[in-house]
Amino acid sequence: MGVGIEVTNLNAWYGTNHTLQDINLNIPANHATALIGPSGCGKSTFVRCLNRMHETNPIARVTGSVRIGDLDIYEDAKPVEIRRRVGMVFQRPNPFPTMSIYDNVAAGLKLNGYNNRRVLDEIVEKSLKNSALWDEVKDDLRKKSGASLSGGQQQRLCIARALAVDPEVLLMDEPASALDPVSTSKIEDLIFQLKSQYTIVIVTHNMQQAARVAEKTGFFLNGRMVEFDSTHKIFTNPSDKRTEDYITGRFG
Amino acid sequence: MLILGEEKLKNERNLRAKFRSLTDSAATALAILSTLLVIAPLVAIFLYLIYKGASSLSLDFFIKVPKPVGEAGGGMANAIVGSAILLGLGSLIGIPMGIAGGIFLAEFGRGTKLANAIRFTADVLNGVPSIVMGIAVYSLIVVPQGHFSAFSGGVALGIMMIPTVCRTTEEMLLMVPNAVREAALALGVPNWRSVLSITVRTASPGIITGCMLAFARVAGETAPLIFTAFGNVDWSERLNEPIAALPLQIYVYAISPYDEWHRLAWAGALVLIVLIVLAVSLVRYVTSRGVLKGAS
Repeated sequence: MGVGIEVTNLNAWYGTNHTLQDINLNIPANHATALIGPSGCGKSTFVRCLNRMHETNPIARVTGSVRIGDLDIYEDAKPVEIRRRVGMVFQRPNPFPTMSIYDNVAAGLKLNGYNNRRVLDEIVEKSLKNSALWDEVKDDLRKKSGASLSGGQQQRLCIARALAVDPEVLLMDEPASALDPVSTSKIEDLIFQLKSQYTIVIVTHNMQQAARVAEKTGFFLNGRMVEFDSTHKIFTNPSDKRTEDYITGRFG
Repeated sequence: MLILGEEKLKNERNLRAKFRSLTDSAATALAILSTLLVIAPLVAIFLYLIYKGASSLSLDFFIKVPKPVGEAGGGMANAIVGSAILLGLGSLIGIPMGIAGGIFLAEFGRGTKLANAIRFTADVLNGVPSIVMGIAVYSLIVVPQGHFSAFSGGVALGIMMIPTVCRTTEEMLLMVPNAVREAALALGVPNWRSVLSITVRTASPGIITGCMLAFARVAGETAPLIFTAFGNVDWSERLNEPIAALPLQIYVYAISPYDEWHRLAWAGALVLIVLIVLAVSLVRYVTSRGVLKGAS
């Protein structure tokens, strides 16, 4: 089951660049939350702070607190433990190129030392079914490389790979921006199904997409969160002038 | 008038199309010519070796040790086995150390002073003449031990392999997209595990090529063996005794005044090249078997 995320006074830097300033918000469990905003506004940096991927960059720095469920991720746990509980799907599909489809999905478990073949088989099948890819690849699981799939299939493979380690939260950083419309709608359908089991945070450039998949939407601008509310409110009656300007296409 | 203008435009387009297809053919021809120029020396050397050496090849060449001057027959069995032992020992030293160094440079030490120092040292080591490497190992191992040995020869070849293996490993690892590293880290895989199981595995075809290049290069080295392995006219497979090696044997026979030995030197050179090609092909075949459809 998914858990809620509570962000308090989050600040992040790349070198001297203050990319996130005093972010406070509560992301509800088992819902999809969209983050929108123009390029460079800090929304990607924000999601990378939720699984501590931000700090893999040596010049990056973070202050503030993030609670995921009952865990303060910057105080109570190591990055590797956090990342097993908070899965991530990236903008460009990034399957492991030398691994088979099966090994791609099983990678997170295998590399953390799980080797029970029967359990792995079950998890791989379940994850691929959850990511709506099973029917397309079930005959080539071990024969084909993950890189031989189409872009849209690769992205669903990456979703299956993230689901296989059984996370509570799924972060998606513009998961459909490199895909064609058909693949995009498949990913959106998937988000719809997955949010009953996982808390989903999705960064998107596409405002229609945010409106279609998310119950809550946050608008980021210049490293600050301008507004966070129900998606309906953000898109029909935003309280901040800047949000209105952005969603009506006056800038960004 | 209008029709006349269209005609003119059409002619001009045809002319341009012709010019384009002409430049295309010219560029293709140039590319083919360059390829031929690259292959030509290798083919020429190989054909010449067959012409000069093939007639001296017999079963004896592969199963007998050299005979004294004046006696007919004899072979280079000891040198073939000696080269195999020296190269095996060299690879055992050079490949693991080179790969480990490359992994450090690309994954753990990126941007540190230590990494820059290692990279610089590797590049300098790569440029050190092989005879100097032989003298260095001579004074480090042969002199303290008091005798020439296969071991010291293997060490010399191994050290010569390190910089090539190290730098190609680094380059190949740097070519692995960061997205692949991030994918592994985002799954909660510890960094060291991600490096060994994901990044190195992704780069492995290139790393293997680097190892093969280093192997093929030292397989033909004579100079570093003169002061270390020394050569041996008799059968020896012991690490603490002087040992024969194909390049050494070829060298000794080639500068001798005897026609019979000259012929054997040609045959030895031919065998050396064929064995290197076989070894490299075998490694390529074995390592390419696990590769999946569509994997890059």
